[in-house]
Amino acid sequence: MITAAAAGQPVLELTGVGKDFGAIRALHGIDMRVSPGEVVGLMGDNGAGKSTLVKIIAGNFPANHGEIRFEGTAVHFYRPIDARAVGIEVVYQDLALADNLTAAANVFLGRELKRKFGPLSLLDHKAMAARALELFGELRSETRPQHLVKQMSGGQRQAVAIARTRLSNAKLVMMDEPTAAISVRQVEQVLSLIHRLKEQGVAVMLISHRMPDVFAVCDRVIVLRRGEKRADKPIRDTSPEEVTALITGAKERA
Amino acid sequence: MSVPIESLVSFSNVGMTRWWQRSIFASQTAYVTLALLLLLVVMHFASPYFFTEGNMQNVAKNFSFIAIATLGITFVIITGGIDLSVGSMMCFSAMITSMVMSGLSTPGMPGASLFVHLAADGKTVLANVPGLILVISILAGLVAALMVGLINGFCIAVLGLSPFVTTLGMLSIVRGLAYVVSNGRGSFPGGPDAEYFYALTSGDVGGIPAPFIYLMILALVMAVVLHHTAFGRHVFALGGNEHAAELTGIPVVRVKIQVYVICGLAAGLQGIIISGWLGSAPANMATSYELNVIAAAVIGGANLAGGIGGPLGAIVGCVLLEVIRNGLVLAQVNSYWQQTLVGVIIILAVLVDRIRSRMI
Repeated sequence: MITAAAAGQPVLELTGVGKDFGAIRALHGIDMRVSPGEVVGLMGDNGAGKSTLVKIIAGNFPANHGEIRFEGTAVHFYRPIDARAVGIEVVYQDLALADNLTAAANVFLGRELKRKFGPLSLLDHKAMAARALELFGELRSETRPQHLVKQMSGGQRQAVAIARTRLSNAKLVMMDEPTAAISVRQVEQVLSLIHRLKEQGVAVMLISHRMPDVFAVCDRVIVLRRGEKRADKPIRDTSPEEVTALITGAKERA
Repeated sequence: MSVPIESLVSFSNVGMTRWWQRSIFASQTAYVTLALLLLLVVMHFASPYFFTEGNMQNVAKNFSFIAIATLGITFVIITGGIDLSVGSMMCFSAMITSMVMSGLSTPGMPGASLFVHLAADGKTVLANVPGLILVISILAGLVAALMVGLINGFCIAVLGLSPFVTTLGMLSIVRGLAYVVSNGRGSFPGGPDAEYFYALTSGDVGGIPAPFIYLMILALVMAVVLHHTAFGRHVFALGGNEHAAELTGIPVVRVKIQVYVICGLAAGLQGIIISGWLGSAPANMATSYELNVIAAAVIGGANLAGGIGGPLGAIVGCVLLEVIRNGLVLAQVNSYWQQTLVGVIIILAVLVDRIRSRMI
């Protein structure tokens, strides 16, 4: 079996992607590619076009120009569910968890496992708890499926949100500011979760403001400024100072 | 298959939550149930009449009169909504039922020729299967309530209006319609099927009041739906985090409409049952019952902020309200105190829950 990684084929490839909102050009001529098992940091100041790019890839709205190829085939997303269908998952900044439900219930939210009892189809609590625990195990997170999310730490909540993306065997996971509002110890946990995803051949796009986190886990960093790609280089060939200069515009291009 | 699934993950610094901190035991419902049991013991010693069969039947019947509607509104409250139009829906649905029933039973009324005709001696004779008029009239009442629920749900889920304002408006609209269709006089269940109607609504089976039996069946169904179906899970998710529910692909609009329809149907059924007990459906029937229904749900542990609630809580809330009312009567306390006490209990129940959740 030839996997996408072995064939050297990128999981996601953008060519000349652009987006206009009326007269405002939010994104212009973005080319980028993400390979399986690669962690790419997407950086840029507020208004640089990061979230527009993420929303285009996640299917929140379509691009005006350019082409998106996923695993080699051109794709057109009209709704987030289209993107999810091909294997793109997003971990939102607020994690999109329901506090009053258990970890297992949150992992399976909207995709519940059911068992048929004659004409009724009832939830299969046991199977969902077992599968959720398996996923937490893969992520090496100490999270009990039957506990309420309300009572969990920030790191555990991240694990629940990430386990949700593993459920569908996503090939690309985009994480929007996962380390923005949690404690130092929990940041460590989240970064190790990203490593787990990478180990399993999942491509990860990390959207973050925090330079140390990007330099800790990413293989490559892409810098956006004013809707254009200003840099795209391996993390070992750059430095936090250079990236800062690129973000602020002190350095035009690298 | 006997391999413990826990072995996949080692828990070094995450303890197990104790059983008393989990599920039903850690809820307001548990505390209120405890309070209710205490109250029952106190009542037993305070009045020798309390635990007599007659009084128990009385209590069971009385709380069943608001409990079915409370089950319905609990769905809405769990999603974080509110329905103020339940009292009006009770009245409207009961009124439609009794009007259709007497209409179809009176020769000469539109549609009545299918069901009854006048015999030569001037008596009304059934032209059809006995009970058919009853079925049709009850269905008509329920359809009326369903339509109101559907409109509520549409305005709230599709048009995005606030549940409070929408249902406040609907309270007035539906009450007004009830006055319009009856011309303010109310209506009476009549005709050959009225006897069945009374047997079904205010009769009893082996000493157990019929409404109580319906309540128990519906509560069981509700427990299964809430905790063992995807729909129930989505109802809770909607109350917990509506944005998350949307992002995970839950059909938010559909679920919202469904809960308001369920609430409408429950209120309609409740109204029909009440009218059977009253023997009529006056136009001012069930006025301000929405407040009792919401109070019972909240006392039983449903959280108005959404995400928490269940059938047990709804019933316990209703029983508590009724036992207090009954107890005050038996203790010969001025019954005007009842309302004051109900208010105190609402606040106390929420307060105890607040203190408990801070302690853990």
